[in-house]
Amino acid sequence: MTPKARPPDAFSPGKTPSFEESARKSLNDAQLRRNLGKATRTIREKRAVVVEEMPDWEELREAGRALKTRVMRHLDEYLLLLEESVAKAGGHVHWARDATEANRIIAGIAKSHDAEEVVKVKSIATDETKLNEHLEREGITAYETDLAELIIQLAGETSSHILVPAIHKNRAEIRAIFMRELGVEELSDDPADLTNAARLYLREKFLGARVGISGANFAVADTGTVCVVESEGNGRMCTTLPNVLVTLMGIEKVIPTWRDFEVFMQLLPRSSTAERMNPYTSFWTGVSEGDGPKEFHLVLLDNGRTNVLEDEVGRQTLNCIRCSACLNVCPVYERTGGHAYNSVYPGPIGAILTPQLVGVGKPGPDSLPYASSLCGACYEVCPVKINIPEVLIHLRGRVVRRRQDRDGLRSKLDPENVAMQTVARIFSDQQRFEQAQRLARIGQWPLARSGAIHRLPGKLAGWTDVRDLKPIPQQSFREWWKKNRGTS
Amino acid sequence: MRVALFITCFNDTLFPETGRATVEVLERLGHEVEFPFAQTCCGQMHFNTGYQREAIPLVRRFVEVFSPYEAVVAPSGSCVGMVRELYPMAAKLADDEPLGRRIEALAPRVFELSEFLVKKLGVTDVGAYYPHRVTYHPTCHSLRMLGVGDAPLELLKAVRGIDFVELPEARECCGFGGTFAVKNADTSAAMLGDKIRHVLDTEAEVCTAGDNSCLMHIGGGLKRLRAGVETVHLAQILASGAKEERE
Repeated sequence: MTPKARPPDAFSPGKTPSFEESARKSLNDAQLRRNLGKATRTIREKRAVVVEEMPDWEELREAGRALKTRVMRHLDEYLLLLEESVAKAGGHVHWARDATEANRIIAGIAKSHDAEEVVKVKSIATDETKLNEHLEREGITAYETDLAELIIQLAGETSSHILVPAIHKNRAEIRAIFMRELGVEELSDDPADLTNAARLYLREKFLGARVGISGANFAVADTGTVCVVESEGNGRMCTTLPNVLVTLMGIEKVIPTWRDFEVFMQLLPRSSTAERMNPYTSFWTGVSEGDGPKEFHLVLLDNGRTNVLEDEVGRQTLNCIRCSACLNVCPVYERTGGHAYNSVYPGPIGAILTPQLVGVGKPGPDSLPYASSLCGACYEVCPVKINIPEVLIHLRGRVVRRRQDRDGLRSKLDPENVAMQTVARIFSDQQRFEQAQRLARIGQWPLARSGAIHRLPGKLAGWTDVRDLKPIPQQSFREWWKKNRGTS
Repeated sequence: MRVALFITCFNDTLFPETGRATVEVLERLGHEVEFPFAQTCCGQMHFNTGYQREAIPLVRRFVEVFSPYEAVVAPSGSCVGMVRELYPMAAKLADDEPLGRRIEALAPRVFELSEFLVKKLGVTDVGAYYPHRVTYHPTCHSLRMLGVGDAPLELLKAVRGIDFVELPEARECCGFGGTFAVKNADTSAAMLGDKIRHVLDTEAEVCTAGDNSCLMHIGGGLKRLRAGVETVHLAQILASGAKEERE
């Protein structure tokens, strides 16, 4: 296999398209719509069942929220404690300010062991830093071993879901990719056959690699234990077979004590795969003589996270445990798919995490907080109670304020800004408001002659593309009241 | 009870019949309705689109106008949601603690119509008669922000003559979302398509809800398709009534 370059996203250099632009394309992909609709509905229904059976689900959510909130409040202390615990257990800890530093550290470790190939556990943090591309430039090939990650790596695509990266593909499409990229001549689209083809290919990689690379779901500050939660067992192989293990972890993944797993291990599998318990949970604490890797490196990644921490409303975003329940219930995600978000973090959580990590003020990511009807389904299912609608609204405010304060005249003349300022002025005064009601009624005449408005001008045409509009009636409510009831 | 009607700028201008129906229902139950003329808009559109500095004067205005009343009732879940759930955030943004305290005092007295009737007054039968096949779409803000629960359904089921039918996948958003419908028009349309499909599956002649904004979106789509299904605000069903039944 020759790894293919992946399309750029919010974490790559350069500009990315806006959500609206990308969504328009994916909405027209009938196969994608069918694949996503079916997959999200199935997992949504299953989740509801396994959550329903928990009598203390709400208490667990509250506990998860409280634990994560405490971690964020004392993040500095917990990280130093984690560093100390990992070192005590024989591991090495590295601090990476950004993606470049993290990639350089990891490539350096691989090179020091003369590794030309590395095997990887599914890790979004490494997607965020574009680690594979960096390793490639350094002459090291990274093999994704998670089945779905392998599929999209072979296809030269990016993940479209936090948990199931190839959710946008169906069996027939996966079969075609395997036949083409793995050189398999005969293959059915039966899931067992597809899995077997991947297994044969990956076994060799697991046994040959000197370096394994993983992400982390959690790391325990007071023991130095790192944890990966998975379904396939490939993660277990990557973290135990190679002599060297490198884990890249966002600094927000630290939890205070081993006991806290009591809460997160109940919340995470039910919210993510709709299982009471996931098949493989690996824990490792530094290195152990004669068992597993001989060298362990933990790379702690900031890459914008401390900026998120600074924002009082936005910081709850860091509480995310990457379960992806919010994606599966999101009516926007279900229809546009993950690629429309142009980020390794799609869906509602991605819409709030991406612009905060890369910083407000970039046109592509700035469109993400608007990729929501604010229906609140995400908040309802979030296992750590991140108020996603609240953060979306907060970020919209930051986007607009930044534009107004930085872009000066250009933003003042922006049609949306002009309209918003005008309407705000109208609403600020009773007489002006009543006058505007009368004027609008007269002004709509050229549009509303046939009893319904079929076409609106400019941006508003988005409304009348698929909907008729009722004309403004001849008498407002207040006019009726005045006429029939007098004053107040 | 002396009740102030918070009509909302949207209903005031576009759906006056919903305002008249709200007054009719409240008065039928023996309450005294007042309409403070100084009210304009709660600021939701500005706030949710990111024009939050612009929304703050509207927040202050609302608090000024409605603070004197014992109860404030609106035929809109999303505008009440704005007041109850987002006004505190606006006060914080304005860095205005006294405003925050006034909001804290006022917000619990601001009600969406169905929750006011069922939860505050304990009434489910408002004496309505409506001989039509009706389905109900729970709007997201009434459902998830306000938690009105089954209040609208209890009211509808007590209406005489009604042929009520449950909407499949009712809890899924219709795709309106305020300026979302224009900013992300394509995604909004895709969501609307599925909502319309479910409405048509019920074979209802009327689709009702507690928010005219969502209904304008659903109804606009139904009209465009010449689907022959009407959208009617819940207040109008509750107000229709006794008179026709006698006739």
